[in-house]
Amino acid sequence: MTPLLRLSGLEPFVLSADIPFVNVGERTNVTGSARFRKLITNGDFAAALDVARDQVENGAQIIDVNMDEGLIDSKAAMVEFLNLIASEPDIARVPVMIDSSKWEVIEAGLQCVQGKSVVNSISLKEGEAAFREQAGLCLAYGAAVVVMAFDEQGQADTFARKTEICARAYRILVDEVGFPPQDIIFDPNVFAVATGIDEHNNYGVDFIEATRWIRKNLPHAHVSGGVSNLSFSFRGNEPVREAMHAVFLYHAIAAGMDMGIVNAGQLIVYDQIDPDLRDACEDVVLNRSADATERLLELAQRFRGEGGAQRREKDMSWREWPVDKRIEHALVNGITEFIEADTEEARLAAERPLDVIEGPLMAGMNVVGDLFGAGKMFLPQVVKSARVMKQSVAILLPYMEAEKDGSQKAAGKVLMATVKGDVHDIGKNIVGVVLACNNYQIIDLGVMVPPQKILEIAREENVDAIGLSGLITPSLDEMAHLAAEMEREGFDIPLLIGGATTSKIHTAVKIAPRYSRGAAIHVTDASRAVGVVSQLLSPAQRAPYIDGVRADYAQVAARHHRNESTKSRVPLDRARANAFRIDWSGYSVPAPRFTGARPVEDWDLAEIARYIDWTPFFQTWEMKGMYPRILDDEKQGDAARALFDDAQAMLRRIIDERWFGPRAVVGFWPANAVGDDIRLFTDDSRSTELATLHTLRQQTQKRDGRPNLALADFVAPKGAAPDWVGGFAVTAGPEESGLADKFERANDNYSAIMVKALADRFAEAMAELLHQRVRRNYWGYAPDEVFTPQELIGEPYRGIRPAPGYPAQPDHTEKRTLFDLLDATAQTGVELTESMAMWPGSSVSGIYLGNPDAYYFGVAKIERDQVADYARRKGMSVDEVERWLAPILNYTPRDTDSAAA
Amino acid sequence: MHHFTIPQHPRQAEIAALVRERILILDGAMGTMIQSLGLSEDDYSGKGGCGCAHHSEHPQKGNNDLLTLTQPKAIEDIHFDFAMAGADIVETNTFSSTTIAQADYGLETAVADLNREAVRVARRALDRATDIDGRPRFVAGAVGPTNRTASISPDVNNPGYRAVTFDDLRRAYGEQIRALIEGGADLILIETIFDTLNAKAAIFAAFEAFAERGQRLPVMISGTITDASGRTLSGQTPTAFWHSVAHARPFSIGLNCALGAAAMRPHLAELSAVADTFTCAYPNAGLPNAFGQYDETPEQTAAQIADFAREGLVNLTGGCCGTTPEHIRAIAEAVAPFTPREVSA
Repeated sequence: MTPLLRLSGLEPFVLSADIPFVNVGERTNVTGSARFRKLITNGDFAAALDVARDQVENGAQIIDVNMDEGLIDSKAAMVEFLNLIASEPDIARVPVMIDSSKWEVIEAGLQCVQGKSVVNSISLKEGEAAFREQAGLCLAYGAAVVVMAFDEQGQADTFARKTEICARAYRILVDEVGFPPQDIIFDPNVFAVATGIDEHNNYGVDFIEATRWIRKNLPHAHVSGGVSNLSFSFRGNEPVREAMHAVFLYHAIAAGMDMGIVNAGQLIVYDQIDPDLRDACEDVVLNRSADATERLLELAQRFRGEGGAQRREKDMSWREWPVDKRIEHALVNGITEFIEADTEEARLAAERPLDVIEGPLMAGMNVVGDLFGAGKMFLPQVVKSARVMKQSVAILLPYMEAEKDGSQKAAGKVLMATVKGDVHDIGKNIVGVVLACNNYQIIDLGVMVPPQKILEIAREENVDAIGLSGLITPSLDEMAHLAAEMEREGFDIPLLIGGATTSKIHTAVKIAPRYSRGAAIHVTDASRAVGVVSQLLSPAQRAPYIDGVRADYAQVAARHHRNESTKSRVPLDRARANAFRIDWSGYSVPAPRFTGARPVEDWDLAEIARYIDWTPFFQTWEMKGMYPRILDDEKQGDAARALFDDAQAMLRRIIDERWFGPRAVVGFWPANAVGDDIRLFTDDSRSTELATLHTLRQQTQKRDGRPNLALADFVAPKGAAPDWVGGFAVTAGPEESGLADKFERANDNYSAIMVKALADRFAEAMAELLHQRVRRNYWGYAPDEVFTPQELIGEPYRGIRPAPGYPAQPDHTEKRTLFDLLDATAQTGVELTESMAMWPGSSVSGIYLGNPDAYYFGVAKIERDQVADYARRKGMSVDEVERWLAPILNYTPRDTDSAAA
Repeated sequence: MHHFTIPQHPRQAEIAALVRERILILDGAMGTMIQSLGLSEDDYSGKGGCGCAHHSEHPQKGNNDLLTLTQPKAIEDIHFDFAMAGADIVETNTFSSTTIAQADYGLETAVADLNREAVRVARRALDRATDIDGRPRFVAGAVGPTNRTASISPDVNNPGYRAVTFDDLRRAYGEQIRALIEGGADLILIETIFDTLNAKAAIFAAFEAFAERGQRLPVMISGTITDASGRTLSGQTPTAFWHSVAHARPFSIGLNCALGAAAMRPHLAELSAVADTFTCAYPNAGLPNAFGQYDETPEQTAAQIADFAREGLVNLTGGCCGTTPEHIRAIAEAVAPFTPREVSA
């Protein structure tokens, strides 16, 4: 019987002579398909199976399954997916190619398939002993193998190396291991051609000729390859890529390549390629002329039309351009790779180093600014541009100082700070970068900056404007306080207000009126910062601009006051009478596994990463849209994908190099509601009170049937049923700020912001993951819950985890009680600032309520009667409560000017 | 030295020579023969008779493999009867002698004994027969499928779940195969395969056991096709099944059990056309009737199997459930006139 490659799924597959080429489906490969990677990282195996099914329906004769993704447990995913495929006869009918760079993943996969599969791949990379052992195991498991042309010295790139390695591997397999030669598939490495690097020009020929040699000299063995690598330098130009692939396959198949990983849907027929393009591709693939690459590049412009993304990353043609253009290209595309050399070249050509800054760098940044202004570039790209700029300036600086060249003329000097008591600074950093890109000099005082220091430095440095940032509500009062101080000390420079809790209304009503000498202006997002600052600092535009803002704010404030006076609230006793009534008769919830607080220590960064909700990550970068749709967004998709790729790359490093040290504490206590408060007890006898969680009740006028909610409504009242309440604090760890500093020092704000944005996502993901563990295990009222991380984003589960300082309980001081109960600072290292912000910033805390009827709501504005009652219950003065609850008071407190100490 | 250069068992050459000469005959059903003895719980557990050194809390009635230890004479006599009826190869009474299958009887620790002794009991029976007629006979160590499936989930709501893993099976089969070799088996017969992944674990375990022993036994592989779709329980076509186990380079590939010879014919024909090794078919005596009994007479079964031989589909044949020594005698006589199937190398 002829020795043919015979494989099987539920049905047999024979690579017989009448099959010229086997197309291996690559859509179920996380490294080859972004969509599949997304589905697998999100644990959406059902949709992932559909991808496999589509491939088989579309004619794939073998499907390649690859789970090599840093964020997931590749071995577990391989096993799970292959087991699931086994239950789907319409998929399982074809053989599987088990694809991984890790042998343990391959072996785990081999243990799941009843058919004869293909292992992809083994090689001599780790030496002969490992190769022999793995080949022997493939034989014992009954699998064919793809053998990479890879040895102890590395990947084979030339004809000589490819053939030498394949011959050596063949002899070992056939003579020493007893491997059937027809079960050997060589992959002699398809590499990118037309990269602009001369050594790469012959890669296509090397592959094709090695293929011919293998088929002639190594009887019965096959040849395969990943074709898409070939056209890597034309990423984004699909017509040219497809033509290159078709031309390459045409010649490689003729030489004997009989298997390949190709996107079948994107393959154009050789004969149907435009003759000019085909000729140019052939010149490149077959290395037929010295100017083949340039010719194809020229032609590529003509063929790029069909909507592909912009060709850039690996296209090196721009390296041939004049240095000014190269610098502009590097700035617009955020490429730091060559900026050192280019800056040096520009400096040597320039009369003075300053000319480089004022010349090509500023020109490039102007292009960036224009594209950004026109909505053609997005924030993450601008921040990358700034990174290039910064690194270039860092190279020029020593020369400028040496020549006493004088400092460059900045457009203006802006002081930036996150106010006292607040630790959040991602937004502030982004604004700083954007302004710096536009030639403003930034003095960044960092986080938790006391007002005296802000004013002192502002005076010393003679700044042109101050920008304040804050995320938590008490920061609003800090800002108002600073405005009053500026007024008192005679400042008149503009005060910019930004950050998540700030608003135009708050600025108009609470801040602007206290700073009549200058102007307090709310900046909604970083993209507006440049426009606002340039108008404020322009002698001509300043006055009319400020007048316009003042008029606008006056109107906003007036409207606000009018609305407020009509927004009547119901008295507290009536609100209480309309509380949310749960029928507690027969209510029972299991007791949590333990009482009191316990640290949670078994954190796995990779597992946490799976729980990340990416939508807010994009919001941090001022890109609006839901993940994953945003990646395919017509307008911002390219930028979103690039940002996401960078995030994934850093995420991998965070996980692999253990950048973060996550910590958490969780606790449960017997609890019952008493009025609007929740009493916690030391033990199940419920005789000794441990602490009280105070809650606030909605006082808005409700339609019939709608309750006036307080969180206490979701806890069984004393005597009705035994109930429990939980609490938690999680942090991604204090490492983020050190990491961000390190990046800052390397002139890489982009990565500095990125690491903080990711630390925030980690903390939120930890909260989600911990909550799931609480429901399934620690409290255990939903032991069988099986939501995927993706599904959890929609909060389909039972119970809520409201956080003090957020709408359901706007009082940040409740964090003190929670932290005491959990001993959170000792257990997790998270500290509370004087404004009740948590430090490190990437931290989350809250309480757990397990009632199935519990849901999130906003308390909204409350009245004097509740504030007085709440102050009495909390043992605080009315003044103090009013200060903490300032943003939700439905009235103006008596002493409006003692906003903050 | 690799797996296929490990020296072969000394009797391999003898069997290989014989199988080229004529169609070899396997024995018939052990299970239905034991059933006809009407043994009681005490007979099974060995109370009052041949004591069993292995203690278990579970009732043992139905644990046919245990009879090797508790009723060795009865088992030996069944083997002897089949040998005298014309069987060249006799299977050991070890269909369920793995830790996985014996777990149902609480006798996981008896597995080594069950297999070792089963080979010895069979060997004794065959030696008695050979003493009478001088014909060589061979003991095939029978390796059953176990009662778990490695590629099918027993939980319809959780298709990714598996009640047994490849490694569980590899270990269990390894224990069984090592003991069969120790007992002196001439061949290893992996049979009644309804899930190919289980069989692949058995093959892997056999490779390991042979390497340890420094000696390779011929391996016979036999699947079972139980439904009208013409596929194994785990969903493979006969050719796909062959591709999945061909790496064992088995002495024979074939089918057994299932729905009787008539239903087996097309699947055997398919295997016979694609396999480059000897083929083997040992069907049941037809379909079981409403009482679970097999009605085909020796002549009826033999006539169908003679068709296999006439068409050149088989190199080895015999019987499975419901086949008695009379069936085997009839089969041996019916295939005697035909030359064995030619194997393309």
